[in-house]
Amino acid sequence: MSKTPSTLFDKVWDSHVVRKIEDGPDVFFIDRHFIHEVTSPVAFLGLETRGIGVLFPERTYATADHNTPTINQHLPVADPLSANQLKALEQNSAKYGISHWGLGNPKNGIVHVVGPENGITQPGMTIVCGDSHTSTHGAFGAIAFGIGTSEVEMVLSSQCIMQPKPKKMRINVNGSLSKGVTPKDVALFIISKLTTAGATGYFVEYAGDVFRSMSMEGRMTVCNLSIEMGARGGMIAPDETTFNYLKGREKAPQGEAWDKALAYWKTLKTDEDAVFDAELTFSASEIEPMITYGTNPGMGIGISQLIPKASDVDGGVATFVKALTYMGFKEEEKMLGKKIDYVFIGSCTNGRIEDFRAFASIIKGRKKAEHVTAWIVPGSHIVEKQIREEGILDILKAAGFELRQPGCSACLAMNDDKIPAGKYAVSTSNRNFEGRQGPGSRTLLASPLVAAAAAVTGYVTDPRELMN
Amino acid sequence: MAYDKFTVLKSSAVPLPIENVDTDQIIPARFLKATKREGFGDNLFRDWRYNADNSPKADFVLNNATYSGKILVAGKNFGSGSSREHAAWAIYDYGFRCVVSSFFADIFKGNSLNIGILPVTVSPEFLEKIFAAIQKDPKTELEVNLDKQTITLLSTGEHESFQINGYKKHNLMNGFDDIDYLQSMKSEIVEFAKNKV
Repeated sequence: MSKTPSTLFDKVWDSHVVRKIEDGPDVFFIDRHFIHEVTSPVAFLGLETRGIGVLFPERTYATADHNTPTINQHLPVADPLSANQLKALEQNSAKYGISHWGLGNPKNGIVHVVGPENGITQPGMTIVCGDSHTSTHGAFGAIAFGIGTSEVEMVLSSQCIMQPKPKKMRINVNGSLSKGVTPKDVALFIISKLTTAGATGYFVEYAGDVFRSMSMEGRMTVCNLSIEMGARGGMIAPDETTFNYLKGREKAPQGEAWDKALAYWKTLKTDEDAVFDAELTFSASEIEPMITYGTNPGMGIGISQLIPKASDVDGGVATFVKALTYMGFKEEEKMLGKKIDYVFIGSCTNGRIEDFRAFASIIKGRKKAEHVTAWIVPGSHIVEKQIREEGILDILKAAGFELRQPGCSACLAMNDDKIPAGKYAVSTSNRNFEGRQGPGSRTLLASPLVAAAAAVTGYVTDPRELMN
Repeated sequence: MAYDKFTVLKSSAVPLPIENVDTDQIIPARFLKATKREGFGDNLFRDWRYNADNSPKADFVLNNATYSGKILVAGKNFGSGSSREHAAWAIYDYGFRCVVSSFFADIFKGNSLNIGILPVTVSPEFLEKIFAAIQKDPKTELEVNLDKQTITLLSTGEHESFQINGYKKHNLMNGFDDIDYLQSMKSEIVEFAKNKV
């Protein structure tokens, strides 16, 4: 073994390189592969055209999430195109012997929620999926990132992809978070500092007190948003929080295998003198609840701040002005007090039980604002069950909210959950691109606390004013 | 899926001088419902290209007959966001074979190379020169030479070289893809997998 200090990322990456190609990518082995109905059908078609099969079906898991309705899931899916994709996923999984958690399966849910909650995601693994938010799984100290459909076909047929090794960046956030500041705010804050291209070409390791003291669900929210700063993925070294989360989950190692795995997992950290290609440090005290005002996740500000002037922002003035025009906002306006129409809580970013607990903590004893339509969408059936069992559903109902069924829903609006043109939605999801939540929709990305404050007041509101 | 070999491309170009063009703009999620790779070009830049009633938006560049060609020239950070390869498929299916920008998002760049689109990264200065040349004469031609790794503004002869790794270059020039390569080393992979959980 080499004594050269290395990073967590190096340790996991280097142990998965099957072959190095000179002046080319690494042939990179994938431990776990998730597939869903939207980015896999063409890959399966490719296998058939070539007359090749799936090399290790037991390393792939299928779940239906992007296209699925979030009401009446017991009925046939009305949209024939969506139904066709769901059928293709089911048939392809059956044909090749892949575990399939389709609609109605108690384990069904958003791929990046069900992977971790079933213990599939583990430290030191390499994990891919045809979805850019695969970076979520990095919360466990795994290398996890999104891939295209050609690569889905590569993983199915050879359990490998061809990847040049990215550069390494460490982002440290030290100190402790103030009241009302959540993992989502930490991520939106970092993206607002780096821009959506600031970490392109890098793989990020998050380090410092703030991530150390964060729950696994919070870490997943942060790693999930790594792609929104351009990074392929982000990871956090595993620790007792990670091990406690994993212990006893269905697919986690058991008995002797657990002890062996644990011994390995404990070695997964960056050596003291390891060098990164870039390193950034922030103080937790700089961060307040965040909200976005523009059409990419980098266009975010502290909720009490003003929308910046085009001339004060890096990048093209024309692009900035186009974004504000789309949003119907002006330079140097306040975000606080803006009237909103919709609230969406859910997605692979903020669709876990802690997110619904946070939402409930604000709405408890209050009422939904009359003019607001709220879509409350759990990330999985397991999360839905927790919402019921913990009494959160009662709090939602008392405040005038309804709970929908799991799926990606309005985050990308592939199903019927579309925000109408021109309407404002405070969303706990991950992208505020033009039309992302439906043609002409206007998205304000925020935490579950900010979403809850907007849901009960009907306006962009500082959640700290509603907290005890 | 087989694609056209890429050697030298000489063509006029379509300008899109907007930064941070994300894959939701290239192809919105509601058009990702096919189970075959067909017809994605019709929905390329759908919401910038068409009104809600499907009538073309006159001010969008793809609806302006003045501009045409197999090269798309776009502002910084092209292809950010979702990993949907459908974005690259839409660009290819529409008829583009090369996208020029001063900066590409990672996944989009990889997806493009995998399906036979050449992403060419130029300096911000050269990108401005290309935009200016197209504005002056929409029929102005660019030459992209993959073997020499150069991009040339034919009207003035100004050129820049661009980076691509030797493996991908070889693939693009010969129409090969990664799956052929990976299939050829299957036994090595099976051996490697024995030590993996």
